[in-house]
Amino acid sequence: MIYEIRDLHLSLPDMTRKPLLGATPRIEILKGLSFDVPKGAVLGIVGGSGSGKSTLGRAMLRLLEPTGGQIKFKGIDITHMNENQLRGMRQQFQMIFQDPMSSLNPRRRVGGIIAGPLRLHGVENLPAKVNEALDMVGLPTTFARRYPHELSGGQRQRVGIARAIALRPDFILADEIVSGLDVSSQAQVLNLLADLVRELGLSLAFISHDLSVIRRLCSRVLILHKGEIVEEGETTELFESPKAAYTKELLAAIPLPDPYQKWDV
Amino acid sequence: MSGYLSVRNLTVALQTGEPILRSVSLNVAAGQVHGLVGESGAGKSMIGKAVLGTLPRALHVISGEIWLDGVDLLKLSPAARRKQIGATAALIPQDPLTALNPSKRIGPQITRRLVDILGWSKQNAQARALELLDEVHIPNPERVMRSYPHELSGGMRQRILIASAFAAEPKLIIADEPTTALDVTVQKQILRLIAEMQSHHGTALLFVTHDLGVVSKVCDSLSVLYAGKVLEEARMHRFFMHPVHPYSAALLAATPTYTNPIDSLLPVSETVIEAVEQEVLEHDIRASR
Amino acid sequence: MRDARGNIRRPIGARLWLSGGWLTLLALAAICAPLIAPKDPLMQDLFLGRMPPFWMEGAEPGYLLGTDSLGRDVLSRILYGARLALVVALVAGTLTCVAGATLGLVSGFYRGWPDRIISRFVDIWMAFPPVLFAILLIAVLGPGLLSIIIAIVIIDWTRFARVIRAEAMSQGAMDYVASAQVAGRTRFGTMLAEILPNVLPTIVALLTLEMGIAVIVEAILSFVNLSISTDSPTWGGMISEGRTSVHQAWWVLVFPLITLFLTVLSFSQLGEGLKDRFDPVLR
Repeated sequence: MIYEIRDLHLSLPDMTRKPLLGATPRIEILKGLSFDVPKGAVLGIVGGSGSGKSTLGRAMLRLLEPTGGQIKFKGIDITHMNENQLRGMRQQFQMIFQDPMSSLNPRRRVGGIIAGPLRLHGVENLPAKVNEALDMVGLPTTFARRYPHELSGGQRQRVGIARAIALRPDFILADEIVSGLDVSSQAQVLNLLADLVRELGLSLAFISHDLSVIRRLCSRVLILHKGEIVEEGETTELFESPKAAYTKELLAAIPLPDPYQKWDV
Repeated sequence: MSGYLSVRNLTVALQTGEPILRSVSLNVAAGQVHGLVGESGAGKSMIGKAVLGTLPRALHVISGEIWLDGVDLLKLSPAARRKQIGATAALIPQDPLTALNPSKRIGPQITRRLVDILGWSKQNAQARALELLDEVHIPNPERVMRSYPHELSGGMRQRILIASAFAAEPKLIIADEPTTALDVTVQKQILRLIAEMQSHHGTALLFVTHDLGVVSKVCDSLSVLYAGKVLEEARMHRFFMHPVHPYSAALLAATPTYTNPIDSLLPVSETVIEAVEQEVLEHDIRASR
Repeated sequence: MRDARGNIRRPIGARLWLSGGWLTLLALAAICAPLIAPKDPLMQDLFLGRMPPFWMEGAEPGYLLGTDSLGRDVLSRILYGARLALVVALVAGTLTCVAGATLGLVSGFYRGWPDRIISRFVDIWMAFPPVLFAILLIAVLGPGLLSIIIAIVIIDWTRFARVIRAEAMSQGAMDYVASAQVAGRTRFGTMLAEILPNVLPTIVALLTLEMGIAVIVEAILSFVNLSISTDSPTWGGMISEGRTSVHQAWWVLVFPLITLFLTVLSFSQLGEGLKDRFDPVLR
């Protein structure tokens, strides 16, 4: 197992209701989630805004500390590890972010962005590794000298992928990575990701609000609603015979590009 | 066919001369919904902005005609144009979070246009606003009228913006990506509401979106744009059955569809892109002669 | 939008040239003052008191901008005054910047208890009226160049701390900071390698602004006779002296005032200009 997650709870202080005196009230974002990510799996995590899907992702990578429950990564309990303990493990789990404009430091060139994590983990022969990573995501190596704002949305997201795979992690979390892209680049980025996951034998968790994208990419799906798992299952099975009422509602709300699919009014 | 809104050979360019819209023509008949589809940078929002006279400063109309309610807007003086637009058209904006003034109550934000521009009495405007909020299925309209925007959810705010757009019975409404910021379940409700309001009021609706799925649910016809050029204009059913332009077909195949995981989400091929780029180039050469 | 912005080639810009030019000229004048000043700035000649500048009737040859009531050459005094003004601007500006920006960066990026302590401190600090505070400090420290610099640093570090804190906070919320953490960078390393380069343009803009402010503060302190001993010429001191005889000899007041105005304006314009040049997106 790559991840074993048991009864995960996470609450954050609610700044909008901060009182004049005393402790800030907390909102419970994750309310006891349990699931596994087997080795080599591509797990889709679906939910609307406020479902807690991004918080779950950030807890899995320990960018946030859970308030209860347990997260095991490859059998090691990382739930309450501090940053120093985590640092040695970080190269094994990587992340691709939603907004490549905000996740790529605007003052660095692409080469420096990809080399950054490699240097931290003492990888040698950096230029060759950077070129290799660019090559794997289908970008010319000359892009190493460019700044993020000089690239298109799809190219930026490829840089994000290159940075994540350069360290050869066991697990990658992709948080809404195509939601800001046009459909034409969406397809290319998804195909690239699917190929890389297969070639490198990675495990992937793919967070998205778009069930159509999930169906194409993922082997298992987990549906999240208001901080709880409402349904989990094999992709095909879940799409063909959804059980939870929320899943059905979600599927029925997707506007398929087909004028003959009528919405019941 | 000449519609309620008729745009003819509209060319809009940057100061540097670079065209943003290339001889765009389209018609929207009364009671019809016309979709404008394209990827980011295709200029689809700019058409709506050109019609409403809200183009960004850096852009200028080079040539063309915009007929709204039988008048060519581009031949009017700026003041007369604003008056004509104010009396006949309205906008449903993309982002319900920024489109409402956060420091004002909802009520005055709906009634202001009626009172200031159309000269209604306060009481009439108030009554009309309540009626509209009821029409867009907002429970307890009196209370909502007294609320501030931050007290309401995104879906609720979008309903208010829809009510506000229909308030003065405009004959044309431009909806600019009105559901992009919303969850799918809320999107469905909002799209239904827009369709319901549009058919009830018999308004002409220009619907700007990047999502072909959404188009197939609300539109009667559509134009596909690339680099500010209309590649294909079609009735909706015909378009989805037999897209004529290769770029349209590629766009359709690239759209994710959960019922058809194998034949959707296909990347748009280089050859298709090269062909459209060539078409755009040829258009520019022809235009410069 | 991206393309449109990227394609605009920005010329270096008149304001960067003008402000940079004026400051370079001033710096040269300050360095070479003993060589280029036509007269000894301290030399008094009571027979030559209140001589007008060269284009006016009754001007004395050799005294281009006229003389003050004690017969000292205004031009020479302005040139020598530039030395003190620029030393104060550079040293006090830099020290204020380093102190304030460091505290602001730590406060905005680490948040938590360092932020609470620093922010409370800033709030209390800013409640003191600055000029009064400066006068009080000089009174305690005694007049002199070092006292002026210390006073400026102590008073003005809060300006940097507040602005840089806000900037560091907004940068800290960006995903590239999370991605540095995912890569395993330490908090301190992230602050230096990721946040600092992104707040640097703001720091530079504030630094030059602060240099201008330092020049003004020095002038104010000279004006109230709390700066350096009266025998070394300062712009503030000249303005103060010129004020008493403005009806008889306006040039004693006006020339140092114009110099001061142009210098402070140049500093702030240089900052704005540099800030834009630093931005890879705008560049």
